[in-house]
Amino acid sequence: MATLASVPTEVEDAVPGAGGVVLPPAQRRRSEFLAGVLLPAQRLLWALLSIAMFTLIWEVCWLVGLADPKLLPPPHIFLGDMAEQAKYFNTATRWSIGVNPADGPSPYQAVLITIGATTMRVLVGLMIASVFAISIGVLVRYFLLFERLTLPTITLLSPVSPIAWLPVAIFLFGIGNAPAIFMVVIALFFHMVLATISQIDGVNRNLINVARTMGASKWQTYARVIIPAILPGLLVVLRMNLFAAWMVVLVAESTGVGYGLGQVIMMARNTFNPSLVFFTIALIGLLGFTFDLILRLVQRRILYWVPETVGVLRGL
Amino acid sequence: MASEPFIPFSSKSSLTCRGLSKIWAVGTPREHEALRDINIEIEPGEFVAFLGPSGCGKSTLLYLVAGLEPVTAGEIWSFDERIAGPSPDRSLIFQETSLFPWLTVWQNVSFGLGIRGADNKERRAVARDTLQRVGLSAAFDKRPDELSGGMRQRVAVARALAMRPKVLLMDEPFAALDVQTRQRMQDFLLDVWRDSGASILFVTHHIDEAVALADRVVVFTARPGRIKTIVSIDLPRPRNLFSPACERLRIELTQHLQDEVNRAFAEQEAFAIPA
Repeated sequence: MATLASVPTEVEDAVPGAGGVVLPPAQRRRSEFLAGVLLPAQRLLWALLSIAMFTLIWEVCWLVGLADPKLLPPPHIFLGDMAEQAKYFNTATRWSIGVNPADGPSPYQAVLITIGATTMRVLVGLMIASVFAISIGVLVRYFLLFERLTLPTITLLSPVSPIAWLPVAIFLFGIGNAPAIFMVVIALFFHMVLATISQIDGVNRNLINVARTMGASKWQTYARVIIPAILPGLLVVLRMNLFAAWMVVLVAESTGVGYGLGQVIMMARNTFNPSLVFFTIALIGLLGFTFDLILRLVQRRILYWVPETVGVLRGL
Repeated sequence: MASEPFIPFSSKSSLTCRGLSKIWAVGTPREHEALRDINIEIEPGEFVAFLGPSGCGKSTLLYLVAGLEPVTAGEIWSFDERIAGPSPDRSLIFQETSLFPWLTVWQNVSFGLGIRGADNKERRAVARDTLQRVGLSAAFDKRPDELSGGMRQRVAVARALAMRPKVLLMDEPFAALDVQTRQRMQDFLLDVWRDSGASILFVTHHIDEAVALADRVVVFTARPGRIKTIVSIDLPRPRNLFSPACERLRIELTQHLQDEVNRAFAEQEAFAIPA
């Protein structure tokens, strides 16, 4: 074929460092080691350093008397006696009439149960909210009539604070898991719908036009072009909303769901226990950080085609 | 400036535009006329370059021919059929990369077959065949972000060819490439074009590119775009751009274009300076 003769295969000008370039084994082993072990270790070190610096400032403030340990206990105080803190993590019914206070889980188990319960509410709420919001967002752009009927209401409800939904949650679901999950869903849903719509509007026109010239139907264009094209953006939306979900769940739990991190904070407030407040805040921060990390890893795994621009910004 | 005299409709032409006009954003403050009274006929297997100052509506014409935008007035025919919407017979290749980043090269190339409901076996076979035609067999399983700009554009050409189009519409496809790569891509395109038997409509603002490639060069006026003149090139390919014949063509086209560029500039300045 004439084309083969006139056009060299051009492998040499592939993007450097991409899969197209074969590095010598020694160099490749080195770069794999770098990417797999050294870089994460380095990142962890920086994370620890960041926390250590913050802690140090706090401790120094305490040392020189700027931070009153009764109001702003520094980390060595509120993390110092974990067993003491764990005692406040009451799960279930120890205080109920007829229940022996010695029954029930041990304090440390109770901490884990509390964390698990709150995490479950966050994740279930986030999942329900994303499934509904993404479906509705796609439907809004897919069917004009649906957009006209729903979008005004969605936009109208979007700025309502989650606090305003709290009584509604209690009216509808009483106490327990359901109102907390409802709160997470309702707080995220409207924003996620709007975010999904703006993601769809941002899809490269050329990609859609390619599909159209190939004879794709509206359904095929959505299924094969628009949905995959908005996935990266949706995952970012999901990550942002994960934090929002952690914020809302505390509000929801502070009103009486039985047990949860929000309830512990509320109890700490009522019993004037700043140490417990900060201890719980530390737990929440750690959990949020961990889940964000997991989502980021998932993102890199399933959205392999999204270029990482951070490196470019660092070069500035 | 007189546009091309009226051409009677001929059923064997691969593309016929009659009295074609396009006005964007009708009825809004941003309303503007992009194309006025375009009449042109393109033969099967012909290579036609559209040359004109930026913003003269040559890309608009491609979108109209592709069926992606409705015409304001006039009609476009392709092989006895009036164009009413997009069709795999007329493939459009864009200036920037328009490969699907989440698909591998072979999945990109056979995207159109997937739309038609072909199974993976057939898709792979066609992709293998087409990639060989564009000299990219080695990239079969690669992802677009692993390829260079020139390779990506070749994959885009392969994706269009896989649909066996009768007309290839190319909107400044090599504008983003460096000079050396562009040269090689032009040779590559001529090979592909001879193989496929398709007509090519090639939008460019590069005079050299038009001289190197086209059977006919259609020169557009500044906005609104009308056909200023059509220059036929009968030289054999590959063309030596330094030959006297090519030099003459270049001078002729430059003069045609110069007037229009000057006019466009004068107009833009008139807009920029408040009266």
